[in-house]
Amino acid sequence: MLSVKHNEIVEFSSELLNQFAEVVARFPEGRQKSGLLPILHLVQAEFGWLSPDAMDKVAAYLTIEPIEVYEVATFYTMFLLQPQGKYLLEVCRTGPCCLVGAERIMNHLENKLGVKEGEVTADGLFSWRGVECLAACGFGPVLQIGPSYTFYENLTEESVDQLINDLSSKTN
Amino acid sequence: MARKLLLTHIDVPGIHTFEVYRQKGGYRAVEKALKTMSPDDVVEEVKKSGLRGRGGAGFPTGMKWSFLAKPEGVPRYLVCNGDESEPGTFKDRFLMTHIPHALLEGMIVSSYALGAKTSYIYVRGEMMPQIRILEKAIEEAKVAGFLGKNILGTGYDLEIYVQPGGGAYICGEETALLESLEGKRGNPRIKPPFPAIAGLYGCPTVVNNVESIAATVPIINDGGEEYAKIGIERSTGTKLISAGGNLVRPGVYEIELGLPVEEFIYSDEYCGGIANGKRLKAVVAGGSSVPILPTNLILKTINGNNRLMTYESLADGGFQTGTSMGSGGFIAFDEDQCIVRNTWNFTRFYHHESCGQCSPCREGTGWMEKVLHKIEMGHGDLSDIELLWDIQRRIEGNTICPLGDAAAWPVAAAIRHFRDEFEWHINHPQDALTHNFGLAHYADPLTPIVS
Repeated sequence: MLSVKHNEIVEFSSELLNQFAEVVARFPEGRQKSGLLPILHLVQAEFGWLSPDAMDKVAAYLTIEPIEVYEVATFYTMFLLQPQGKYLLEVCRTGPCCLVGAERIMNHLENKLGVKEGEVTADGLFSWRGVECLAACGFGPVLQIGPSYTFYENLTEESVDQLINDLSSKTN
Repeated sequence: MARKLLLTHIDVPGIHTFEVYRQKGGYRAVEKALKTMSPDDVVEEVKKSGLRGRGGAGFPTGMKWSFLAKPEGVPRYLVCNGDESEPGTFKDRFLMTHIPHALLEGMIVSSYALGAKTSYIYVRGEMMPQIRILEKAIEEAKVAGFLGKNILGTGYDLEIYVQPGGGAYICGEETALLESLEGKRGNPRIKPPFPAIAGLYGCPTVVNNVESIAATVPIINDGGEEYAKIGIERSTGTKLISAGGNLVRPGVYEIELGLPVEEFIYSDEYCGGIANGKRLKAVVAGGSSVPILPTNLILKTINGNNRLMTYESLADGGFQTGTSMGSGGFIAFDEDQCIVRNTWNFTRFYHHESCGQCSPCREGTGWMEKVLHKIEMGHGDLSDIELLWDIQRRIEGNTICPLGDAAAWPVAAAIRHFRDEFEWHINHPQDALTHNFGLAHYADPLTPIVS
C-alpha cells in the first residue's frame, strides 16, 4: 500500500545525483525512463524505503509523471513502500527452500525477534518477511539483507541466532 | 569424467578476474569472431551447433538470431535475460558469480553477430552482488580493449550495461523483461510482433538467456560442428543443471546432454543420491513449472527406456507420463515430502508472481492456491480435486504469456500422478497436518495415475 504523502522536502545528495546521471547515460536520448528501476534502487538504499515524496522527486528528475513511478514501485516486490527495520531479513519461502527447512527458519525468526512478519522490532533494528524464490535453491534455506542483498545460505537456527547477534552488536 | 565447456576452469582461483580468465584462454572467441569471421559466419556457426535456448523454451538459438530484422538506420539490441527466478533454478546466478567473463565474452560475440552496438544484461534485482561482479568485469574488459570503441582495432564498437530488475518473476518472460527495461511494470506484450521485429524501444531485439549466451564462446572457439557432436540428436552440447531439494550434493552441474537421469541422481560425480538415506519419491526436472514425475517415471519412460537428460527424452510421453527440460532446475523430493503441500507452495508462488493482466491467471492462480490450502489444512472435499483440475484446465493456453501455463502444469501433474495423496488428505483430515508423508501411506505410490 502506498504511504500518505507528507509533502516533505526530499533532498538528493550530489553523489546520488551523479549516480542518477550515470544510470540515465546508459540509455538512448529520450529513453531516460529506462533508468527508473536502477534509480529507485539507489533511492531506497539511501533512505531505506520509497516515500511518495521521494518518488515524486524521482519523477521530476526523469521528467515523467509521478504515477509512472508509483505504478512501477507498487509492481515490484523489492521496493519498500513503508519504513522497515534497519535490517530487513528476507527468507526464501518457495518450494526447494521449504524442502530443506525454510518454514522452520521463519518460525525461528519470529520467535527470536518477537515480531510477526512485516512488523518492526521495538528497537527499530529488525523486520522480516518471506519472499519468493531467491534463485539459490541448492543452498537453502537462504535469506538476504538489503540494500547489498547479501545472501546467507544453508541456514540453521544457530546460524540465524549468530547473524542476528552480529547485526545487533554491529549497531551498538 | 564428463566433458565441460562452461565450467572447465570453475575451480581455478581468481577465474572471475579478467587476468586469470584470459590466462586460461578467455576472449579467444572474441578475437576469432571479430578478426576472422563476418557476423553472418558467427550466426551460421551457432546454427550448426544446434544450441537451443537454455532459459526454458529450448528454441534453437541460431534460428532465433536469423529472425532479427535489419532495417537501415535502426539500432538493434541484444538483451541478456539474467532474471533467473524459476523455483529450482540457480545456474545463471552461479555462472555470473563465478565466471562473469564467460557471459561477457559471449555477449561480445553475440552482439557482433547481431550487429548490436549497445547491449544490456538484465539481472534480477535481488542479485546485487552479481550485478557488481558483472560491472567490474565490464570495466576490466573495457580497459583491456575488448569493449568500447574500435574493439581490438576491428572498427566494431560495443557498450554493455547491467540493468537490475525489481523482484518480479514475470520479467523472465522476454517481452515483460523489455517492458521492465523500458522502466515500466513487467506486463508481457501480446505477440506478434515478436521482439526480433519490435523489441526494446520498438527496435529489433534478441533476448537470450545467460547460459545460452555463454555457450556461444565454446561454439566459436571449437566450431559449431564440434559442439553438435556432444549430446544426442537435437539435444546438443552441454547443459547446466541446478540440483536442489533432498539430495546428498545439491549444486550446479554441467552435464553432457544424454546423461541418464538415474546416473545424475545417484552417481558420486553428480548428486550422490538422496539425502539421509531416504528413498526418492518424485522429481521436478526443469524448474517448478514443469510437470512433477514420480520415481518410476523420471527414471524410465513409459516404454521402459532409461530416461535421459535430453529435451526429447524428458518430454517423452508428453505431459501424461513425461515432463520437460525447462530451465534445468532439478528438484528431488524424498519419501517424507508432501506433494499437496509442495503444490500449494508452488501455486502460491505463481499467484504472487502473476502480473494480473489476464483474468484466468490473475483469478485462477489465487483460486487454486485457496483450494490447495484448504486441502492441506484438512478441510478439503473430494470435489475439490475436480475443481482444481477444472481451474487449471481453464488457465492453460488462455493467457498472454506462459505464466498461466506454468501455474497450471504443476497442479495438473500433481493430481495426475499423486491423486491418492490428495484423497488421503481429504479422507484423513485429522492427520493432514501431522502425518509423516512417507511412501507407506498409500498402497502403491510408484504407480502413476494417468487420466
